[in-house]
Amino acid sequence: MQRKLSLGLASGVVAALLTVSSSVLAQKSATDDIAKYREMIADGNPSELYEAAGEELWKKPAGPKNATLEKCDLGLGAGVVKGAAAQLPRYFKDTNKVQDLESRLMTCMQNLQGRDPQEMVDAPFQKGPKKDMEAIVAYVVTLSKGDKIKVSTNHPKEKEMYELGKRAFFFQGGPMDFSCASCHAEDGKRVRLQDLPNITTQKGAALGWGYWPAYRVSSGQFWTMQQRLNDCFRQQRFPFPIYGSDLTMALSMYMAKNANGGTVETPGLKR
Amino acid sequence: MNMKNMKSLLAIGSFTLVAVAMQGSAIAQQVNDPKFNKMIKDGFKAEGIASLDRINQDATQKFCSDPIFSGSKQGEKMREKIQKINMDSIKQPSDGKYIGDWKKGEAIAQSGRGATWTDKADTPIGGGCYNCHQIDPKEISYGNLGPSLTGYAKLRGYSQEIVTYTWNRINNSKAYNACSNMPRFAHFKLLTEQQMQDVMALLLDPASPVNQ
Repeated sequence: MQRKLSLGLASGVVAALLTVSSSVLAQKSATDDIAKYREMIADGNPSELYEAAGEELWKKPAGPKNATLEKCDLGLGAGVVKGAAAQLPRYFKDTNKVQDLESRLMTCMQNLQGRDPQEMVDAPFQKGPKKDMEAIVAYVVTLSKGDKIKVSTNHPKEKEMYELGKRAFFFQGGPMDFSCASCHAEDGKRVRLQDLPNITTQKGAALGWGYWPAYRVSSGQFWTMQQRLNDCFRQQRFPFPIYGSDLTMALSMYMAKNANGGTVETPGLKR
Repeated sequence: MNMKNMKSLLAIGSFTLVAVAMQGSAIAQQVNDPKFNKMIKDGFKAEGIASLDRINQDATQKFCSDPIFSGSKQGEKMREKIQKINMDSIKQPSDGKYIGDWKKGEAIAQSGRGATWTDKADTPIGGGCYNCHQIDPKEISYGNLGPSLTGYAKLRGYSQEIVTYTWNRINNSKAYNACSNMPRFAHFKLLTEQQMQDVMALLLDPASPVNQ
C-alpha cells in the first residue's frame, strides 16, 4: 500500500515536472525528468512485482510434464540463472541455433514442461502464456543486474547472426521508408522529446540493450526485449515481427554485441 | 627496358590492380543474400492494415538499405538515377494551388498517427512533422532528425522557385536526396493533395506562426 502511494505521488510529481514546459526545459529534453522519476522510485521499480511472480513460476511445476524450469540451461549450465542474461543471445548446441532469452525459455518450457512453443509465439503480449513469460524474463534479467554485457560472436553461427542483424538494422521498407537506422544511427537525435540511442555505437547500444527489458511507465507494463522490438516495427509501419523469429534473434545479436562492455541495468525503468 | 625495370613496373602495375580491386570490393553494392531474404520473409506476418507487401522493397528502399554503397562515390550514378525516378513521380497540384490553410497544416504537422497495424484503414494519417522538425516556435516538443523549419519562408523568401521546391520536398524528398530520412508523402499516399497544400501554408503563408 505504502509503495503504491509513493508511486502515485511520484507519478504526480513527474507529471507536474513534465508540464512545467519552458523552452529551456525543452532543450534539456524529458530525460532529466525521467531521471528524477527514476530516483524517486529507485527503491521500488514496479518490475519487482513481475520478478517475484517470475521466481514463483520458475519453481512451480507446470505444463503436461508437470515440471519446473529449475533445470533450464540458459547458457551457463542447467539451472544457472545468475549472470545468464548478460551473455545472451548465444549459440546453443542442443538446438543448433542462436537464441535470445525468450527463445531459450520457450525451448526449456517445451523440453522440460512439454509446453507447445507455438502457443507462446501466437499469444498476444501481456496476456495468457506471454504474461508468464514476461514474469519469468523479469526474474532472469534481474539476476544479471550490474553484470557486464558479454556476448560472443566466436561461434560461426553467432557471427553469421550478427552480420544478418546488421543488415536487418539497415533494411528499409513500409510506406514511410523506415529502417531501425532511420532513428538509431546518429548521435544526439530525438523524436519529439524522446532521446534516441545510436545503436551503431557501443555507448548507444549499451543505453538501448542494457536497459531493456524494462517497466514502462507510460503503459504501466513490463516489456520484454521482444515486445520492445515489436513496437519499434509497429512504429516503423512494418508488418508484425514474429515472436522469437530469426529476424529478432539477429537484431538482438547486433544490438547486444555492439553493447559489449556496457552494464546490464535490467529491469530498466522507461518513460 | 631492362629486366629489372620491367619487374618493378609489373610489381607497381599489379599493386595498383590489387588496390583497385580491394577498393572495389570494399565499396560495391551489397550482394543479394538468399539467407537474409529468407530471414526477412519468415520474420514477419501480416497484421491489420500492415500487409506483407510492405517488406517488398522498391529500388529506392533497396539502394538506401546499403548505406556504405549509397553514400559512396561509387554509388553516385545510382543516387542520381534514384533521385530522377522520384523527381519524375511528382505531380504539381491539380488545381494549381500550392498554399492551403496553415491552421489545418499545423494539425497535420502535429499528428504522428496512422498506417500502423493498430490503426484502421480509415485512420487519418498525420504528417508527423514535429517528430523530426522544429516548426512553430511555440511548440517545444519537437524532434531533431530533420532540420529546423522555424522561420522557413522568412529566411528563404516566398518566390515561386521556393514554393515549387517545397512542394516537391513534401511530395517526395528523395527527389533531392536519394536517401533522405523523410517519408515520401505523395508517393505512398500518406497525405492527400489538400493536406499537402495545408502543410505548405504552415511553411509559406506569411501569416503562419512559422514566419513571425
